[in-house]
Amino acid sequence: MAESHANPVALRLSRAAGTSERAGTALSLGLVSTFLTLIVILPIAALVWESKRDGAHAFWQVVSSPEAVSAFKLTIGAAAIVALVNAVLGTVTAWVLVRDDFRGKALVNSVIDLPFALPTIVAGLTLLALYGPRSPIGVNLAFTRTAICLALCFVTLPFVVRTVQPVLLELDTEMEQAAHSLGASGLVTFRRIVLPNLLPGILSGLVLALARAVGEIGAVVLISGNLPYRTEVSSVYVMGRIESGDPAGAAAVAVVLLATSFAILLGVGGLRFLVTRHERA
Amino acid sequence: MSIEIRHVTKRFGEAVAVDDVSLEVETGSLTALLGPSGSGKSTLLRIVAGLETPDAGEVILSGEDATTLSPQKRNVGFVFQHYAAFKHMTVRNNIAFGLTIRKRPKNEIRERVEELLALVQLQGFADRYPAQLSGGQRQRMALARALAAEPKVLLLDEPFGALDARVRAELRDWLRRLHEEVHVTTVFVTHDQEEAMEVADRVAVLNRGRLEQIGSPLDLYDEPASEFVMRFVGDAHDLGGALVRPHDVALRREPGDGAVEVAIERITVLGADARVELVDGDGARLAARLRRDEVEELDLEEGEILWVRPERERVFSS
Repeated sequence: MAESHANPVALRLSRAAGTSERAGTALSLGLVSTFLTLIVILPIAALVWESKRDGAHAFWQVVSSPEAVSAFKLTIGAAAIVALVNAVLGTVTAWVLVRDDFRGKALVNSVIDLPFALPTIVAGLTLLALYGPRSPIGVNLAFTRTAICLALCFVTLPFVVRTVQPVLLELDTEMEQAAHSLGASGLVTFRRIVLPNLLPGILSGLVLALARAVGEIGAVVLISGNLPYRTEVSSVYVMGRIESGDPAGAAAVAVVLLATSFAILLGVGGLRFLVTRHERA
Repeated sequence: MSIEIRHVTKRFGEAVAVDDVSLEVETGSLTALLGPSGSGKSTLLRIVAGLETPDAGEVILSGEDATTLSPQKRNVGFVFQHYAAFKHMTVRNNIAFGLTIRKRPKNEIRERVEELLALVQLQGFADRYPAQLSGGQRQRMALARALAAEPKVLLLDEPFGALDARVRAELRDWLRRLHEEVHVTTVFVTHDQEEAMEVADRVAVLNRGRLEQIGSPLDLYDEPASEFVMRFVGDAHDLGGALVRPHDVALRREPGDGAVEVAIERITVLGADARVELVDGDGARLAARLRRDEVEELDLEEGEILWVRPERERVFSS
């Protein structure tokens, strides 16, 4: 094979490699943009189109109706609480899984993914069985906002754990040793050395949890009871509009949810950009 | 500050990393812990810093028992082989870390950092991140960071091990000069005997977790306490059941006096010196180091038969 370049065909092939590489890039780029357009952009455009069908006035009337606003506030509030709780507990969980050794660690590690594997309606059913009216432990949270948060915590648990875990595994423990020998206590070392390095991972997990919590329906629909003005979240409200024959109204609320999620993604993305500036330096 | 290590032992599972080592480091000295990999030298250094806990024995810093003291309370500067730079902080904040967490006044920190940046020749790099520095620059930053809070002891774990040969030689000289300027008690770990001999006032040789010998570089070379030290510190060859340094070999044209018959395999001239590689009847090789004029006087040629006799030899009972 050493004299392959003496072979005119091989020579032509190797010359063509540069062009075919560029062609390959164009092809894959085209494939990705077609796929994205079909799967993401067109449906969203259709949704926005649908929401505008009855005119701007009708759009605004549905979106600003007290029931929709109440559902929206509850959705955003619960999602924010759940995302923050997960940011803390998910980070602690990841820490324990990476840094501590205990029996059954592998089991705990695989249990973390259970909410991913379980259909969310099953998760809702499980929570209802444990914290519902017939609770074996005597805790009845059914039809309360606490129950909504609990359900959302369950389905979003893996996100922060799974984004922080690899960062923690990669983290150079000598940085912490250096901080200790420079006189830093465990707490100071965590705050000034470990946390800043985990922050990009925590933020990524947080934004995934937030987005998922805003859109979740399966886990919430059974245990929340869907009481308007009290325990009705936006996704359930959207389903309600469809069931009562108002697809345009449903689309209008959906567009607001969509815009909110997008704003959250952009906001956290910007924050992440700021905390990782040393990596691009 | 002096360091006293008394009967320190450290095991990792079944393996004994440090085996009953006792040694003293005098205030203001520059000491090397020298040994091959796995000799326990890094573990011993980490025990002094408090980054490892010994299974037995004591570490005395300035006459006080520090064995159970946490690293943050030891006032020891530690430099890691792979820099351990705080990658999310600028060079300035890296160096300032020890002072910032002690809540020193802002202008005092700024002045001290400027002083250290000058000392390690990184003046123009204060606002860069570690990722923007070369290996040598990162290690100098790590050194400035370790020195910032004026530690009583400076410990360096293979500080030049990750650098290429040229930068390594530069930093070696520079560490020597720095020590003359700052005079902080310094201990560094190395597997490179040349580095230990060139930089340190005193060298402790470790092998398989045990201390073989501690002394000045000259002591170790001239009066090695064991076969291991003799072979590890400088070249040594077997000659008639003894060990001999290449410059302690006398070449004769005539047999006699228990001289061994050898053939000249190769003559290499290195400036004013020449290295004559020899092979004896059993195929064992040794080298003699002579002055170039001696080689010319004896009129040596490759392939010739000669007789060698050690002028100074050592026999170690193993």
